[in-house]
Amino acid sequence: MEVLFFYLVALVAVLSGLIVVTAKSPVNSALALVNTFFCLAVFYVMLHAPFMAAIQIMVYAGAIMVLILFVIMLLNMGVEPHKKPTHIAWGAIGGTLVLLVSILFIQRGDTARAVGNISKDVVLREGHTALIGKAMFVDFLLPFEIASILLLVAIVGAVILAKKEV
Amino acid sequence: MENLVQMALQNVNMAAIMPSLVLCCFGMFLLMINVFMPRGKTTAASLISLLGLAVTFVVTLRAWNHPELGFAGHVALDNFATFFNVIFLIAAFLTVLMSDDYLHREGYPVGEFYPLVLFTTAGAMWMASGTDLMTVFLGLEVLSISLYVLAGLFRGQLRSNEAGLKYFLLGAFSTGFLLYGTALLYGVAGTTNIADIGFYLSAHGKMLQNPMTIAGMLLLAVGFLFKIAVVPFHMWTPDVYQGAPTPVTAFMSAGPKAAAFAALVRILILGLGGLQADWSSLLWMLAVLTMFIGNVTAIYQTDIKRMLAYSSIAHAGYALVGLVAANAVGISGILFYMLAYTFMNIGAFAVLVLAGKQGEDNLTLEGFSGFGYKRPFLGVAMSIFLFALMGIPPTAGFAGKFYIFAGAINAGYIWLAILGVLNSAISLYYYLRVMVYMYFREPQEDYGWVRMNPGTVVSIVLAIVGVLYLGVVPGKIMEMAKMALF
Amino acid sequence: MITVGHYLVLSAILFAMGTFGVLTRRNAIVIFMCIELMLNAVNLSFIALSSHLGNMDGQIFVFFVMAVAAAEAAVGLALMITFFRNKETIEVDDVNLLKW
Repeated sequence: MEVLFFYLVALVAVLSGLIVVTAKSPVNSALALVNTFFCLAVFYVMLHAPFMAAIQIMVYAGAIMVLILFVIMLLNMGVEPHKKPTHIAWGAIGGTLVLLVSILFIQRGDTARAVGNISKDVVLREGHTALIGKAMFVDFLLPFEIASILLLVAIVGAVILAKKEV
Repeated sequence: MENLVQMALQNVNMAAIMPSLVLCCFGMFLLMINVFMPRGKTTAASLISLLGLAVTFVVTLRAWNHPELGFAGHVALDNFATFFNVIFLIAAFLTVLMSDDYLHREGYPVGEFYPLVLFTTAGAMWMASGTDLMTVFLGLEVLSISLYVLAGLFRGQLRSNEAGLKYFLLGAFSTGFLLYGTALLYGVAGTTNIADIGFYLSAHGKMLQNPMTIAGMLLLAVGFLFKIAVVPFHMWTPDVYQGAPTPVTAFMSAGPKAAAFAALVRILILGLGGLQADWSSLLWMLAVLTMFIGNVTAIYQTDIKRMLAYSSIAHAGYALVGLVAANAVGISGILFYMLAYTFMNIGAFAVLVLAGKQGEDNLTLEGFSGFGYKRPFLGVAMSIFLFALMGIPPTAGFAGKFYIFAGAINAGYIWLAILGVLNSAISLYYYLRVMVYMYFREPQEDYGWVRMNPGTVVSIVLAIVGVLYLGVVPGKIMEMAKMALF
Repeated sequence: MITVGHYLVLSAILFAMGTFGVLTRRNAIVIFMCIELMLNAVNLSFIALSSHLGNMDGQIFVFFVMAVAAAEAAVGLALMITFFRNKETIEVDDVNLLKW
């Protein structure tokens, strides 16, 4: 049952990914991308990471995609005019190469054995959010602070670029 | 709960991030100052950022030989990091010096320029001192995002917009590869800590032959080689360098390149040292390709900024030679070369700042006709920097190339050293051509020269001092570079 | 039984599709969306590996990837808007992306 469900959601994710890449209108791409995000959120729940699923929806689908859609509307972009595809060959070569290499390598490759003790039971007992919070503020304090500087830089940058007069 | 707070505080070691902390404080202070400054007044901001860089410089030097670890193995302020921190600070200092007048002249006196430069420098520091792929990645992103903004800073100029957009799209693309590589390495070793990855791989020998490890290494390398601008990931360099404001180009060609080298060296040597046979043969090919394509394409350029972009690609190739050698001389050669390159390249761009005309930078070769007679000081300065870029003694460029090629010969890469020297000979052609135009062509009539300004002149003088000092007495700095190895 | 391998292969497929999109599309916003697709593929890898390995590092990494994606979106879209103001298009052919 779980396997069937996995393949079903995976199929939807891949199909909507395909639409993102091929759709003529940017709005269609954006909506398909939101669909992919939802599929990934489903996978996160299946992987016992409900908090990540929640912020996947809130940050990606909620914030980033709304921003992208907003800009698409602002720039009033229609359907891409049909031009001669010049880079298709490059894209096909690049895409296939990446796909083959990674699948080949992953299939023949081997991951480490379990190194930590965060199992499904631990997640259910302690709560995923608590575990994330503990990890983030004990072991990953510095990256967290750097991320704050990163967002500050992004805010300042976006303002000075997009404002007509500074 | 109490317990958790204690655990969190135990990991905190402010001394390990002191230089970047000071820079960020100054950056945020500047952001606030800018709010109260009248529009278009940026001189105070530039002076404060110079002060911030100087203070950080002192703080950084105090960390020499006093290694600090902290934040649960996320950051290590060892000599290696400190050496690179000094390079970033010098690059930022020279850049800020030449920027103020340029920004006013081009009509974009944006006060936020300076905090962004400081944050970029802090990002570079996190890349050099990060001992966890997470810290390195976030440092890289702070650096890149500030640079996207700085490259596109001249909002009304299409060239600058193009540079920013192009840099952004290709930069974000390469970030994807970097992250995928990180994910695979995490899967292989179960950790993102660089040293722990190294321990795990040496403890589990069969993981070295694991295809996933190789794939992770390749994808990770792509991300960094893109920032260093190594062929075939160099496509963005000429356009971005040409389109970005000249001081930003100067900074971009020195700071981020050194930062990416720092992170790459740490990851390849400490984390993936077991795979040295694999990556050194790969980098061997890329180094040769980079040197040849960079130098040969530079010959065909008529715009000096674009020519310097291709020359910077070629110089990345020379520095890669040191990484291929991967011995003490080679790696410390990279450190020395990055310092030398910072002085000579930023110096050359500082001359370009004063050589350009307002609005359109007049930076074609033709525009340099008779430059040496009309502006004797700038002509001499440019000649010194070009000699250094060629690698003629007694300049920093010669000493740097000498150490790197010596490292390659020590490690048995005789052919690589020969190809490197051959490439230096090719590069003579296009560097000398600029000097031919400067001294042996008739000056153009009625040319609206930009007036000299103290900031840029100081920047040029400092760069000349650096180039000559490193060239005449390279021994002391080289000793320090050797002490900086881990 | 679904293993971590399933997720990694799915993630590789999504990543390759994103790469294909970046290389073939001309509209800067669509290219950016393809990059987001690539980043999401990486996130899936991270979370699958994190749950397989039983430690939190991978999930924290995803957290920061999201922060970075948000920051990149803000700056990137601002760059696109300035470019659009000057050129009235965001087709990257007009940016001459792959000029020699």
